[in-house]
Amino acid sequence: MVENTNSTNTNLEYKRAKRKEEMKQQVVTFALMIVFTIIAFTMVTADLDKLFVIPILLVLAIVQVGFQLYYFMHMSHKGHEMPSLMFYGGVSVAFLTILTMLVLVWW
Amino acid sequence: MSQEHTLNPEVMPDEPEKATLEGKNKFLGFWFFLGGETVLFASLFGTYLALRGSTMGDNTPENLFGLELVFIMTMLLLTSSLTSVYAMYHMKNNDFPKMQLWLGITVVLGLAFLGCEIYEFYHYVHEYEFTFSSSAFGSAFYTLVGFHGGHVAFGLLWIITLMVRNAKRGLSLYNAPKFYVASLYWHFIDVVWVFIFTVVYLMGKVG
Repeated sequence: MVENTNSTNTNLEYKRAKRKEEMKQQVVTFALMIVFTIIAFTMVTADLDKLFVIPILLVLAIVQVGFQLYYFMHMSHKGHEMPSLMFYGGVSVAFLTILTMLVLVWW
Repeated sequence: MSQEHTLNPEVMPDEPEKATLEGKNKFLGFWFFLGGETVLFASLFGTYLALRGSTMGDNTPENLFGLELVFIMTMLLLTSSLTSVYAMYHMKNNDFPKMQLWLGITVVLGLAFLGCEIYEFYHYVHEYEFTFSSSAFGSAFYTLVGFHGGHVAFGLLWIITLMVRNAKRGLSLYNAPKFYVASLYWHFIDVVWVFIFTVVYLMGKVG
């Protein structure tokens, strides 16, 4: 019985330490997101060529959203197969929707 | 063992949000909903991109938008996303007071964001006479950004309601999924904002 309690305690401490470690990663993710945002805003204020700036802005946004989804929203954890399927299903329809509207106007 | 006890364990399981069947269902259902929300916002983004050139005069994206305010709003919302991660961290450690504290900070940051947005719209309407019916660009802009602002307002009400309703109950396996799902919603609001500040404001300034 005593041994059992001990092992639960070690297990508990291990889990706590693991969560703490993960929380540190989250803070690093956050710092990276801030850096991406600052790069994006500086590029726009720097008056560069728009054909050069716009693709980079979009890439920065997509990477930042990836961080948000996989770290902040825990999509990198186990058990997110269905959520991924549903979310990316939504994303592909979203992509088609935007494409359709742009083609309609720019044709 | 009474039901009260099984829902209030001394040590939270690894994923308290998915420890019950109801929690699992909430988690899955909510991701389905987020897939749908993505399509909703895509239709608004598509409309905006298609109509942003139809300005009927000088109220163009380039003339209207001020990046300083947008930058402050972005920082507020991004930080509130991190604070809600902290709230979920304390939820997993079964530390209810700290979770409530971090959720409270999230709410304050969200309110500050909403205040900035209301100021922004007020400024456009009164200084520039740029309204919903000024031009096709005006309609598309206010619909897209306003819909996002509406999501922020709803998210705030949601989190505040959860905090008040569960203040005396404490954390349990019954309400852990509720908090978890609300925090997912809050992150999703930030996901949409990343595209709004990129596509609407930054790309609007670049031209």
